[in-house]
Amino acid sequence: MTQPVVGVLALQGGVAEHLAMLESLGARVVRVRSASDLVGDDGAPVIDALILPGGESSTMDRLCRTFGLFDPLREVIAAGLPVLGTCAGLIMLASQIEDPAPGQQSLGVLDVTVTRNAFGSQVDSAEVSLKWAGSRVAVVRAAFIRAPAVTRVGGDVEVLARYQDSVVAVRQGNILAISFHPELTGDTTVHEELLGLVRLEAAI
Amino acid sequence: MVNMTHTVHSPADNKTPVTGSKLVKSGLADMLKGGVIMDVVTAEQAKIAEDSGAVAVMALERVPADIRAQGGVARMSDPDLIEQIIDTVSIPVMAKARIGHFVEAQVLEHLKVDYIDESEVLSPADFVNHIDKHRFTVPFVCGATNLGEALRRITEGAAMIRSKGEAGTGDVSEATRHIRTIRSQIAELQGLYNVSPDALYVKAKELSAPYELVVEVARTGKLPVVLFTAGGIATPADAAMMMQLGADGVFVGSGIFKSGNPAERARAIVAATAYYDDPARIAEASRGLGEAMVGINVADLTAPHRLAERGW
Repeated sequence: MTQPVVGVLALQGGVAEHLAMLESLGARVVRVRSASDLVGDDGAPVIDALILPGGESSTMDRLCRTFGLFDPLREVIAAGLPVLGTCAGLIMLASQIEDPAPGQQSLGVLDVTVTRNAFGSQVDSAEVSLKWAGSRVAVVRAAFIRAPAVTRVGGDVEVLARYQDSVVAVRQGNILAISFHPELTGDTTVHEELLGLVRLEAAI
Repeated sequence: MVNMTHTVHSPADNKTPVTGSKLVKSGLADMLKGGVIMDVVTAEQAKIAEDSGAVAVMALERVPADIRAQGGVARMSDPDLIEQIIDTVSIPVMAKARIGHFVEAQVLEHLKVDYIDESEVLSPADFVNHIDKHRFTVPFVCGATNLGEALRRITEGAAMIRSKGEAGTGDVSEATRHIRTIRSQIAELQGLYNVSPDALYVKAKELSAPYELVVEVARTGKLPVVLFTAGGIATPADAAMMMQLGADGVFVGSGIFKSGNPAERARAIVAATAYYDDPARIAEASRGLGEAMVGINVADLTAPHRLAERGW
């Protein structure tokens, strides 16, 4: 297939690390900063996949709603665009947040409940290796930074990794969501999984 | 000297979580990029900051404008205040320790703040040494007016740098000078990297910074940690200018809660920081904010009242 085009939501957070990792895997990257970076005039997505990066989920949520990105994001993801949410991105995708910041909303496209800062404050943030049960079995080097955890998993949701008895990686159709930051450790397993979903879409 | 604990442990296997590593410390700063960190002095202000889209708050007893007005020795805040703010918000909480005051830093780590600012806004506790930041699990941000100062702080373990500006003035000119200085010094090293790499030895000497770090900056064209800007930012346009000058994000101290309408101004500065390259959105954010903080022109400050000159 042609070179996949992957958008990274670029309002706030760890954007550059995702862009660098995607480019190292041969993707063309786009910073998504307004609705027109996401969908064309015909309403169809202009990208093959999307990453919702880590950052402060309450800040990203507020910016998305203020600047008209919230509904377009929800629509393209619900329509099946392959997407990877990392950390704050997982929180944005979830159908329910146990402990939202005041007024914080989520896209509600992934049938899970999440809790923010599930592993404690920054002194508890850690690097660790996890078993990854995606399309291939692997060990993933993960960085948890004030990370969220999944506390309820819906019927169509597959668990891909656990850490300290908590679910920290899930897949529901074309939606991948993880609590941790492989883009910081340089582990490409999860990003390759996303590009695998893009190839699958292109093959049908 | 007492053996200070909290060093990074390196387990033999890779299943044991590693806390306090360089990656984990600078990782939190990476997640703050593109955001606004706001000074707050009460739990109510912390709530307003969170609700306005701050990526983190800096918990302190007096904003720099009041420290400047009231004078006297400025120290770490009361643990009660810091804990109240930690309990109130879900975003990261930072707090300030005096330059060189490693026990204030130990206390702040014990309170589980998410980041410590070893800050020139407080009165220095040691005029020779900064804190040995490698000894802590909690990460540190430090101020710098130029590249050499930034690299010395990174050598001591800082996981994030903020250019100092002149805190508590509402005058952005020093913030501009410091971010421009750091960026142009980086560009100069980058220029030397291919043309005359042998000149980097003397550059390391001139910058009073380790040669290896100087080479890394010359090769990559950036600091090895996140670079925010601080000190005098009072308007959405100020914040956007710092971003266009190459900052990864901004600290706003007195500029928000010393203004006429803090919640509106906080939201506007958040929007302008995210859309720093979009004049239409900065214009929209700048409308109807009411009084900005009154401010002091830095040029009118005599030398002993310039906080940026603290630290070396």
